[in-house]
Amino acid sequence: MVASARLDESAPIWAVLADVADPEIPVVSVVELGIVRSAGPERVVITPTYTGCPATQVIERDIRDALDSAGYREVRIETALSPAWTTDWITPEGRAKLRAYGIAPPTRSAVECPQCGSADTEEISRFGSTPCKALWRCRSCAEPFDLFKCH
Amino acid sequence: MASLPPIDLPSNATGLDEGPALFEYLLRLGDDSLILGQRLGEWCGHAPSVEVDLSLANIALDLIGQATHFLGRAGEVEGKGRDGDALAFRRDVLDYRNCWLVEQPNGDFGRTMARQFLFSTWQKLLFRDLLGSKDELIAGVAEKAVKEVTYHQELASEWVIRLGDGTEESRRRIEDGLAWHWRFVPELFEMDDLAAFMAERGIGVDLAALRADYDAQIAAVLAEATLQPPPDQRPILGGRRGHHSEHLGHLLAVMQFLPRTYPDSAW
Repeated sequence: MVASARLDESAPIWAVLADVADPEIPVVSVVELGIVRSAGPERVVITPTYTGCPATQVIERDIRDALDSAGYREVRIETALSPAWTTDWITPEGRAKLRAYGIAPPTRSAVECPQCGSADTEEISRFGSTPCKALWRCRSCAEPFDLFKCH
Repeated sequence: MASLPPIDLPSNATGLDEGPALFEYLLRLGDDSLILGQRLGEWCGHAPSVEVDLSLANIALDLIGQATHFLGRAGEVEGKGRDGDALAFRRDVLDYRNCWLVEQPNGDFGRTMARQFLFSTWQKLLFRDLLGSKDELIAGVAEKAVKEVTYHQELASEWVIRLGDGTEESRRRIEDGLAWHWRFVPELFEMDDLAAFMAERGIGVDLAALRADYDAQIAAVLAEATLQPPPDQRPILGGRRGHHSEHLGHLLAVMQFLPRTYPDSAW
């Protein structure tokens, strides 16, 4: 009974967070990226993706704004460094949205081109436009693309 | 390698207390990352290709992210109301605790990559062992950053190999870069009183114990790059106690100018 009441209280907070977009990849939400570790009436716990990711501060501010506008001013935001964020926490929906946006989702097997689906791809640079991405190119359709690095 | 007596300051260790010692230790960790991050930022817009430009800027971001955590925690431990920004931007050169290696000027691309290779190989080993630190923040940063530093080390190693086993000119430049920095390597493994004190308490690590792994990894990359290790040099120590090269003051002048001229500005 108590547990289900807690669940009811946290569900609308999760719904608010599900509408907070990542500032650098706006097609995915902070929930789909796996940044939100827990959410409840007292606190929301988030974990930064990369130590030096400049989006971390923006994300915290965006979450604060969204909670405030939805009437959750008393909910605190806490940052947890451990366990460290991993790309394994990106949800299946998040992965599908990344691919549709032109970013190959993180993978431990062959990297597939998000444009044409070919696995005939190669790395151009391990460091891409943001800390979380590498620069790749497709040898089938000749398009360059970003790969979300496995991390 | 350390057969010649080092150039160093006298140790002025008095009775160590855990709070002030932890503060100093966090400065050592944070200042290494901050100063090298600032140095790499100087490459922004000047690197040989856009891919390299992005690589160096991304490494700089990772390092400055580490520094933000370490210096923020240092401010808490000190308890005098200084936050990470105050420690980064309103501290004078003699109060910096970084090693000599990270403050060295960028030089050419070969020298920058030699410095990165020597530093990231060490930092990865350091963070690997700091995973077990009893300080929750240090362990947390290490857990996160060890994955990032793995990239830094791989990138730098690949460039050492490419330059060493490249043209006559690229080989000369990476050889010069390694020779320039070689005398700053022993400092990375120095176990002074403070480092030993923190290691005994399970907060820091035994730096001297990292040396064998470090030497093996450096030797493996140099062999692949068809390079010989530079000849023995007289080690220079003292950065951990505030003794620095003339280069650090110039770096701080650039880095600190804006926040010191316009205190507490925001935009």
